[in-house]
Amino acid sequence: MSVLLNKDSRVLVQGFTGSEGTFHATQMIDYGTNVVGGVTPRKGGSRHLDRPVFDMVAEAVEKTKADTSIIFVPPAFAADSIMEAATAGIKLIVCISEGIPVNDMILVKRYLSDKDCRLIGPNCPGIITPGEAKVGIMPAFIHQKGKIGVVSRSGTLTYEAVDQLTKTGLGQTTAIGIGGDPIIGTTMLDAIKLFMADPATEGIVMIGEIGGGMEAEAAYWIKEHGTKPVVGFIAGRTAPKGRTMGHAGAIIGGKADTADAKIEILTHCNIAVVDSPATIGEKMKSLL
Amino acid sequence: MNLHEYQSKELLKKNGVDVAEGIVANTVEEAVAAAKVMQERTKRNEVIVKAQIHAGGRGKGGGIKLARNLDEVKEKAGAILGMQLITPQTSAAGKKVHKIFIQEDAYYDGPSKIKEFYISILLNRNTSKNIIMYSTEGGMEIELIAEKTPHLIFTEEVDPFLGLQDYQCRTIAFNLKVEGVAYGNMLKFLKGLYKTYNSIDAALVEINPVLNTTDDRILAVDAKVRLDDNALFRHPDLLAMRDLTEEDPTDVEAGNNKLNYVKLDGNVGCMVNGAGLAMATMDIIQLAGGEPANFLDVGGTANAERIEKAFQIILKDPNVKAILVNIFGGIVRCDRVAQGIVDAYKSIGNIPVPIIVRLQGTNAVEAKQLIEASGLKVHSAIQLQEAADLVTMLVK
Repeated sequence: MSVLLNKDSRVLVQGFTGSEGTFHATQMIDYGTNVVGGVTPRKGGSRHLDRPVFDMVAEAVEKTKADTSIIFVPPAFAADSIMEAATAGIKLIVCISEGIPVNDMILVKRYLSDKDCRLIGPNCPGIITPGEAKVGIMPAFIHQKGKIGVVSRSGTLTYEAVDQLTKTGLGQTTAIGIGGDPIIGTTMLDAIKLFMADPATEGIVMIGEIGGGMEAEAAYWIKEHGTKPVVGFIAGRTAPKGRTMGHAGAIIGGKADTADAKIEILTHCNIAVVDSPATIGEKMKSLL
Repeated sequence: MNLHEYQSKELLKKNGVDVAEGIVANTVEEAVAAAKVMQERTKRNEVIVKAQIHAGGRGKGGGIKLARNLDEVKEKAGAILGMQLITPQTSAAGKKVHKIFIQEDAYYDGPSKIKEFYISILLNRNTSKNIIMYSTEGGMEIELIAEKTPHLIFTEEVDPFLGLQDYQCRTIAFNLKVEGVAYGNMLKFLKGLYKTYNSIDAALVEINPVLNTTDDRILAVDAKVRLDDNALFRHPDLLAMRDLTEEDPTDVEAGNNKLNYVKLDGNVGCMVNGAGLAMATMDIIQLAGGEPANFLDVGGTANAERIEKAFQIILKDPNVKAILVNIFGGIVRCDRVAQGIVDAYKSIGNIPVPIIVRLQGTNAVEAKQLIEASGLKVHSAIQLQEAADLVTMLVK
């Protein structure tokens, strides 16, 4: 089992024929992901990577029965692409694009609020269910089918955790990079709920960072409803106040935004918080 | 990107918000000329001389002064222009003042009682909506209001599909207890404020204080505007307002090279791909007994050229005693990064501090071999823990 994504997912690539879309679609196909086609406006009717190209997402959904989409379009147009996918009936939208204006994402969130679909990202590495499908830009070879669910706001830090889980033999059910922006589709709590409900997931790794209240929200829920061990790591203990640390969402505004405050809440909510990301794998192993 | 007060006020005025008026000046002569114009306009002698820097708390640092006549304007302008202004929000060295704003003194005598409010518009991350945050306790920092009188901070959430509604403006005006002519002026003020925020893709518009003058005008006495950097592509006019003298030159250089760099006070420099891993690496340095000298994310497409630039930027900091390179290769191939390190070593010449290189992920083994074969004095690691141990060894 897994969450959100499996070998039957029918994946569309928006921004298919661009350089990023081409590169990552190729890797996704090599991994065995069922990429059924792509969308690039005004290139409809042609073929790319041996798959059909469409002008519009709606048309692509009609012809290919796609249920999942990954977006590689430039940030200025990405919000529009998310809304197009949602309107066309895509159920899982993964937006990789980095640098989308906040006001655009406010409108996207509002628009998606009554739609039957889920957004992952933006500004994220995507989602992978090892051995089944990859809808993202993560290096596939470090993953291994297994029993841990991983959710993270950071890309390379996710890879770090995944790599350790693979080396300790635990593997992953699904790994989700939810993104580093202030407004994202799937929250840490959303992902945790999915993993708690997934019978194949035996433990969960949650990786957060400074800024926002997402980790605390997830932690309080875990305290009440959690049924599986959770290992946590919060990046940015040494980050200064008021400076954005790379991710637009990683900024310490008030006291609740600091890593220390979050670590305290997570610990209070029975999450095993590790000091160093180097020990995530070991810690999880010790808890199972 | 931050704007100066005088720039923020221009934008506010354009959108129908009344502000405490003034004229920007670069020299004492310009300041005196500006003060003459303001005196004629207001029919009063007093003007306020305000330092224009990107930091709050200017008054506390001596950057805002009342001048009662032109002689005092000359004196105060002379003192403020060129000073290193230190405020609670600047570094210990402060910021050099290049520009001043000669502003009307809005606290004149009159029939009504003066009131100061706090009003800002910003994103509420928890709901993904913009909110208007406001308080009757203007004039002091919002953090302080939150600490002392949290029950006097109100918020009004804006539905992005509807925009700010009239009833919401009325609610705010009633909660702020503005009356008479000031009530109508407050509604107009709020509408203009929201219009400004939206039209410029702001990340923050903060007016503190908002003044209810003795003749019931509602004025923005101060104005702080921060723009959403991601939206600047659609506002070339705002981008033109960027004041590079307000930014750290090293930060600007890093930004021009697509490097995300934040200088810190420690002794171990670091170079990492990905923001989360970069923060985690800083934390690891501290755990290992060092102090991080910087945050540096080389991004997802680090090439040899960018790695070299990153080394140059880190080495500008004389406190750096060691450098930890931590790359988790995904799309980025570790052997290419390793080649970048070797090239940087050769082209920069003698790098005076030890370098610990931890390359993991795609082609990590090839990368380690490449570095070892180069004969450089680089400590190489593959596991994160090994790297941390090396940091401990070197900082001791």
